[in-house]
Parts: sequence; C-alpha cells; structure tokens
Amino acid sequence: MIEVKNISKYYGEFPAVTGLSFNVPKGEILGFLGPNGAGKSTTMKIITGFMPPTSGTVVIAGCDILENSLEARKHIGYLPETVPLYQDMEVSEYLSFMGRIRGMKKNAINSRKFDVIELCNLQDYYNTIIGKLSKGYKQRIGIAQAILHEPDVLILDEPTIGIDPIQVVETRQLIKSLGEEHTLILSSHILPEVSMICDRVIIINEGQIAAIDEPENLGNNLSGVQRVEIEVKGVNKDILPVLESIDGVQNIERIPVTGGAYHRYHITVGIGTEIRSKLASIVLDNNWELLKLQSLGMSLEEIFLKITIEEKQTN
Amino acid sequence: MYNLIAITTREIKAYFTTPSAYIVAAMFLVLNGVFFVFDITQPFAEASVRGVADWSSFFLIFLAPLITMKLLSEEQKLGTMELLLTSPVKEWEIVVGKYLASLVMLLSIQFATLYYVLMMYVFGEPDTGPVLSTYLGLILHGAAALSIGVLGSSLSSNQIVAAVVSTSILVIFSFIDKVAAIVDGAPAIFLSSLSMNNRLADFSRGIIDTSHIVFFISITAIFLFLTIRSLETRRWR
Repeated sequence: MIEVKNISKYYGEFPAVTGLSFNVPKGEILGFLGPNGAGKSTTMKIITGFMPPTSGTVVIAGCDILENSLEARKHIGYLPETVPLYQDMEVSEYLSFMGRIRGMKKNAINSRKFDVIELCNLQDYYNTIIGKLSKGYKQRIGIAQAILHEPDVLILDEPTIGIDPIQVVETRQLIKSLGEEHTLILSSHILPEVSMICDRVIIINEGQIAAIDEPENLGNNLSGVQRVEIEVKGVNKDILPVLESIDGVQNIERIPVTGGAYHRYHITVGIGTEIRSKLASIVLDNNWELLKLQSLGMSLEEIFLKITIEEKQTN
Repeated sequence: MYNLIAITTREIKAYFTTPSAYIVAAMFLVLNGVFFVFDITQPFAEASVRGVADWSSFFLIFLAPLITMKLLSEEQKLGTMELLLTSPVKEWEIVVGKYLASLVMLLSIQFATLYYVLMMYVFGEPDTGPVLSTYLGLILHGAAALSIGVLGSSLSSNQIVAAVVSTSILVIFSFIDKVAAIVDGAPAIFLSSLSMNNRLADFSRGIIDTSHIVFFISITAIFLFLTIRSLETRRWR
C-alpha cells in the first residue's frame, strides 16, 4: 500500500533523512519510533506529499506522490504534529470543509460526518467553536478529519501527545480499531504505546532505519538472551543457591522488594531455553510459595536505548 | 472548481464571523467619511466623488494588506497549510479561492461608501458618468491591490510582516509617478505608466481607457501568478 523507495531529504547541508526504504502492506499498523529530531516528521511529510524528498520517491496505492500527486493525496488521511484546526470554526463546519476540499459530495459528507463524530466521541461538541475546546478534543477533531474521507492510508504524527491519560487510552483504542480498516503509520516517542498498537516498528535514528521488526522480536533478537521474573515466598539464603544450580542459568539478579515477605529474582537464560516449567517444579519440591512467574521481554525503552547508543559507539 | 468554491466560502464566512474584518472596515469607513465631509463642506464644493475617491484609493494602500494579510500567513502559522497542501487541492485553487473571498470583503466595504453618493444625489446633482467610472476605477484598483496583498501574505507566517511587505509594494506602485516626474526620456514614460495613481485620475475624470483596465487586470493576474509560484516553492524550502 505504501512503498517508500530510498528517500533522502536535506535541509541545506543538513541531512534529515538519508536512504530510507520500507514497504507497508495493506492493513498493517506501522510505528515510527525515534528520539526528537530523528527524522520521523520529515519522513511523514514526504509520504503525504507536503514536502518533496531530495531524492527517492514514495508510491501510495499505486500512485507516485511526485508524479501523480493529486491522485495519491486522495488516498491519504493525515494528522500533522501540530493539529491543523481553524480556531474560529465550529466542529461540524470544519469537518464539512475538510470533506469538501477532499472532493466529497454534500450527501456523503453529511452522513459520514456523524459516523466520524460518534467514532471520535465528539457528540457533545458538534456545534462548539474549535478554539474553545481542550487539547484532547482538538486532537480528536484532528483524527476525525483524517478519517473523514475514508482514506486507504492514515498517517498520524504523534497522535496521543498532550492529552490526559484517560483520553490517551481511548485514543489508542480508537487508533487500534482504525488499523483494522486502514493502512496506518504512526509516530511516537512513547515506547509502550508503539508496542501496544503496532504490528511492526521502525526505529529511526539520525535519519536512518536503525531497526525494523515486530515489537516482541526486537527485544529478543537484539539482546541474545531472555529473562524470567519469579516471585517466591521463602528464605533468600535457601532460594538463591537452588536457583543458581539450575542448568542454563547465566545470571540471577535479586530485585529489592519493599515491605513484602517474598523475594523477586530476574533470571537470565540463553534464547531457546525454556526454564519456567523447571522453576515451577523446583518451587513445589522445596515447599516455597510461588507468587509470580513470567517471561520478561526486553522493554522497548531498553531496546531503544541499546540501538541508539550502540549506533553512536560504532560511529 | 469545487475546491475553489469551498475555500472561498470558508474564507468569506471567516471574514464575516470574526471581529477583525469589521474593525478594519470601520476604520476605513470612518477615515473616508471624515474626508468626504471635509471635501463636501468646502466653499464652492462640487457634487462629485473625485475628492473622496482620491482619499479612498490612498487608504486602500493600507486597507488591502489589512484585509489580505491573514489569508495565507495564518494558514502557515496554524499548520492548516499542511492540511490544504496534502489534500487533493491545486495551489491555484487555494490562491484564487482566497483572493476571491478578499475581493468580496473589499467590495462590501466599498458598497458601504455608496452612501456618500446617495447623499450627493439627495443634496445636489452629480454627473452620473464620472461617478460610475470612478467606482469602476476603484474596484479595479482594489482588485490589483488585493492581489499584491495576497502575495505578501504568502511570503511570511507573520501577518505583520505580510502586511508591511504588501504595503511597501503598493506604495511604490501608487507613487512611482513622483519619481517619473524627476527623470525624463524613456524611463519617465515607463515609470509613469506603472503608476496606479495616474491611471486612477483618468477614471475619476470620467475617462474609461482600455489600457488602464488592461493594466489593472494584468497586475492582478501577475501577482496572483507570483503567489501561486510562491506557494509552490514553499514545498521546496
């Protein structure tokens, strides 16, 4: 659905994006992850046709964004980083206008407008002046305008920034549900968000792809190890040697727990070693009480830091 | 075309629902009115719109940029330009659409000045021909001035900068005949032919010269074209 072919963008001498290539198949939610200034927004502006790349091209639903720009733009719904709203318009007026400049007919706008308003939970603010609404609602109007014309491709630049936690949860659910019908690219620097919503993640650092994979795989492949967390009630002096004696254990870290009569350990083993069933039976054999036993993926924060820092070191 | 109408209607609505346009219109009408009173209360005053038309075209140097300054610069500031340019809308549709809205605004302000004409018909016997030709001149001049204003607005996301740039261009076009007066030969002819004031003077004398009409329409077309170009190059910056 979206093909990005070797795009580069220079602001004067400064390379914002260099040699980026990737494909997004229909129906996928792709996350863009990267520190500030990594080139996320620049890439999105190029994909939407707002800015031409210095070299390379983007093809959207079979239309080249440079050569067949108008046709390609018809397939795109876009929410830029700063939500683009006319502050002195009413919500419904604004949506009608957006529908019209996307070439929708009057009847289509009128019926679709209500769907979108319901979807984005804006029913109570139908006739409110946009300038008077809070940040969270403005963000929703931004999403509403992006999906109004039922585009094949949705590009959302930091859609959950600046809204309160409750609304963030709602917005994420909304985005996730949108991903069922649309091909979606979203950027964020909130890592759990990306791993929660996205099918695939691209980590961008200094204008280049640092990693591209599914969120779960990113961690395991990078670290070469996997970790298991276990919480047990018992005496630490007895527990630790027993755990250490298990085959394949590379490292055990005791995690301090405040105010509990139990102990928590992080056990590191090589990839492919399944240790959890063995752990469970050992706990039972020793008559300890098992409170928790789970596999720990590498958190996206760790992956992210690892990738971005490793890059710097190799440079 | 459909897009153009959408943009024009939105912009006209924005003019008539926000206070700034009313404030600008009121200021213009008050100044115009004051000078109309001065003009009409002079000893041996004549029942013609020539005096008020001179002032009106002078105030237009400031009025036109005030009307147009927000058109494109505000879009750049709010980020809505990003939305317009990523929608299936052509650049010329954006520029012409917005220009037409400003023209509607200016025409409605100029319409209010017909009140002076009405007063003259009530208290005197003005010559209808020159009144009509003067208004034709004012409308053409206004149309050209607005196109310069739209160009200024495309150049900056700061409305003040936009207004100052277009006012400066308008001042040059209005008063270049003063420069033409101190040089001679071909440059003098060239410079005075660029002057908007010279051409307006003919209109208020009742002369409708085709070359004047072509001049104002060409200025409008050239500056709108430059604005479209300026918008296109924004993508490349």
